[in-house]
Amino acid sequence: MKLKNALVAVSALVSVGATAAYAETLTIATVNNGDMIRMQGLTDDFTAKTGHEVEWVTLEENVLRQRVTQDIATKGGQFDIMTIGMYEAPIWAANDWLVALDDLSEDYDVDDILPAMRDGLSYDGTLFAAPFYGESSMIMYRTDLMEEAGLEMPEAPTWDFVKDAAIAMTDRENEIYGACLRGKAGWGENMAFLTAMSNSFGARWFDEEWNAQFDSDAWNQTLTFYLDLMEQAGPPGASTNGFNENLALFQQGKCGMWIDATVAASFVTNPEDSTVADSVGFALAPDAGMGPRGNWLWAWALAIPAGTEKEAAAKEFIEWSTSKDYIELVAENEGWANVPPGARTSLYENPNYADIPFAQMTLESINSADPLNPTVDPVPYQGVQFVAIPEFAGIATQVGQEFSAALAGQQSAEDALAKAQVLTTEEMEAAGY
Amino acid sequence: MGRSVTTQRKAFNTLFAWGIGLLIFFPILWTILTSFKTEATAIADPPVIFFFDWTVENYVVVQERSNYLRFLWNSVIIAGGSTVLGIIIAVPAAWSMAFVPSRRTKDILLWMLSTKMLPAVGVLYPIYLIFIKLGILDTRIGLVVVMMFINLPIIVWMLYTYFREIPGEILEAARMDGASLRAEIIHVLTPMAIPGIASTVLLNFILAWNEAFWTLNLTAAKAAPLTAFIASYSSPEGLFYAKLSAASVMAIAPILVMGWFSQKQLVRGLTFGAVK
Repeated sequence: MKLKNALVAVSALVSVGATAAYAETLTIATVNNGDMIRMQGLTDDFTAKTGHEVEWVTLEENVLRQRVTQDIATKGGQFDIMTIGMYEAPIWAANDWLVALDDLSEDYDVDDILPAMRDGLSYDGTLFAAPFYGESSMIMYRTDLMEEAGLEMPEAPTWDFVKDAAIAMTDRENEIYGACLRGKAGWGENMAFLTAMSNSFGARWFDEEWNAQFDSDAWNQTLTFYLDLMEQAGPPGASTNGFNENLALFQQGKCGMWIDATVAASFVTNPEDSTVADSVGFALAPDAGMGPRGNWLWAWALAIPAGTEKEAAAKEFIEWSTSKDYIELVAENEGWANVPPGARTSLYENPNYADIPFAQMTLESINSADPLNPTVDPVPYQGVQFVAIPEFAGIATQVGQEFSAALAGQQSAEDALAKAQVLTTEEMEAAGY
Repeated sequence: MGRSVTTQRKAFNTLFAWGIGLLIFFPILWTILTSFKTEATAIADPPVIFFFDWTVENYVVVQERSNYLRFLWNSVIIAGGSTVLGIIIAVPAAWSMAFVPSRRTKDILLWMLSTKMLPAVGVLYPIYLIFIKLGILDTRIGLVVVMMFINLPIIVWMLYTYFREIPGEILEAARMDGASLRAEIIHVLTPMAIPGIASTVLLNFILAWNEAFWTLNLTAAKAAPLTAFIASYSSPEGLFYAKLSAASVMAIAPILVMGWFSQKQLVRGLTFGAVK
C-alpha cells in the first residue's frame, strides 16, 4: 500500500513538473467585441486546466487587420494566435501563413462546426481557422410598426415586399425611417451589404475570366433599387451610417427595418440598451426570386500563424475556446443569450438555447449562405459578401466610396457603376488577372 | 506710451478669447461628459449635455478589464525616456549649430525638418523589419529609441532657436576663464537656457505621450502604452463610445495634470523669443 501511495505521489509530482515545464504564455490578438471580452474574462479556466497563461492584445478592427497582416507577412512572431475573419483565412492559408488545424482532438468534434463556417474557413478542404463565433445577416424589424402599417412580415420576404413595407413604415415627421441600411464606405461596411444584396439580384463581382461585372444589368438593378429604397425610406445622412450608427438608430426606435449582422439581435433585444427591445421581430434577408438571398456569412475565427514556437499550446487554446465545453462555461457564467453564436450545430440542438428568440433565424440565415457558390452565375472566387483575393479589400473600398457618394446624391447610379467598372478593371489588370 | 483700450474692446477681446478657448476645449469636455454616461445616453439623439444620470460604471468596467497601471508605466517610460535621450543628443547638436555654424548649418537644419515631411507609414516596414532583426519588437527600449528619433528634429530646432537668443559673448567669456567645452555647455549654456529646455522637454513629452502610429504598430502585449489602451476600446460590433471616452480620460488625465502645473513654464518657454 505504501509503495502504491509513493508511486501515485511520484507520478503526480512528475505530471505537475511536466505541466510547469511545458507552461507557455500565449499572446493573442483580438477585437473588442462582446464575445471576445467574455472570453478574456473566462481565461482563468483555460489556465487552470492547462497551466498556460494568456496575454491579450485588443485592437480596433482595422488596426488589428493591418497589424496581424504586417506581423504574419514579416514573420514578426508577436502573436501566437490571431483573430481573423472569413476573408483572410483562405488567402493566408494559400500563402502558407497559417498552421492547418487538421489534427484537432476527437473530443473537439470538428464535424460539429456548421458546414458553411467550416467551408468558409478552409482552404483546399483543410480547416485553417476555428470559428469562435459566426454570423449572417437578417432583417430585424419593429413588430409594432409593421402592425400599424397593416402588414405582416413573411419569414422569407422579397425585396419588393421590404421596399413596400419600408415606405409604409416611414414617418419622417416623427423621425421613423423604414429602412436603415449601411451606407458608410468600406469593403466591410456598405460593400458587405451591397455585395450580398447583389448576389440576390443575380449580380457578381467577376465572371469566370476575372472580368469586372459592374456594367451588367444585375448590378444596375441592385444599386438603383438600393438608392431608391434609401431615398424613400432611409434616414438622413445614411451615407455615413455603418453597423454602429444603425444600431444606435434602431435602439432609439428610429428604424422600421434594419438588415444587418445576426449578432445585432442580442443588442436590439437587450432592454438595458434598447428602447424597442420588446417589439423586435426577425426574418430572413430578402431575395429577388433568383435563388440566393441577400445575406452574408462571416466568422471571427482563431488561427495560428505559421512559425510560432508555441503551436501546441496555441492549439490547446483554440480547442478550449471554440469547444462545446466553452459554450457551456459561458452559459453557466453569463446565460445562454450570451454564448458565442453561429459556430456549432450542437448549440442549435440544445433545448436551453431554443428559447432565445433569434436563435433559429440566425441558424437559418447562416445555413442559407453558401461561400463556395454565392451567386446565381458561376464565379471563380470564394466568399459571399467579399471576394477572397488579396486585392479585394482595396478595390472594394474604392468602389464603396463611389456607391456611398451616389447615396449622398453626389452622382448617379450609372456614374458610380461606370467608375467602379473602370477602377476594378484597372486594378485587376495591374494585379495580373 | 501704451495705446488706450476701451472697456468695450476689452470686453469683446475677452469674450472672443473665451469663445476660442471653449471651442478648443469642447472635444475634451464632451469626452469627459460622455465617460459618465451610459452607452444608451452616449448615443442619444438629440444629445444630452448635462442633465443625465451620471455614472462611474464605465470607469469601473475599464479598470476591471485592462491593466491600466501597466499601460501608464509604459507611457511614462517611453515618453520620458525618449525625451531625456533626445535632449542629451540635441543640446550639443543645437549648441554647435547656434554658436559654431558652418556653411551647411542651414541645410542640415532644413534636412532635419524635411524628415518630418515623410509620412510615417512610408518607413513602417523597414523599421518593423529592423526591429525583428534586433529582437526589440514590443520592447520599451525599442520604442524609446524610435520616439527619440521621431522627435529629434523638433527638439534640435527648438533648442537651436533658444540658443540663438543667448549672446555668444557670454560663452566666449567662459572660455576665456578656462572653461572646457563640456563645462561651457553644462555650467554656462544650459542654466541660461533652462526655460527653453524645460518647454522643449514638456512639449516633446506630450508629443511622445500622444503618439499613436508607432506605438500601435511596434507593440503588442508587453510595451503597449496608453494609446494602445484607448484603441482597445473601439468596437466594430457594439456600442462603445462611453467606455472609449472613459479610457480616453484615464489616458489623458496624467498629461493634463502635468500640463496644468507646468503651464507657466510651458508658455514662458514657448514665448521665450518674443519677450527677450
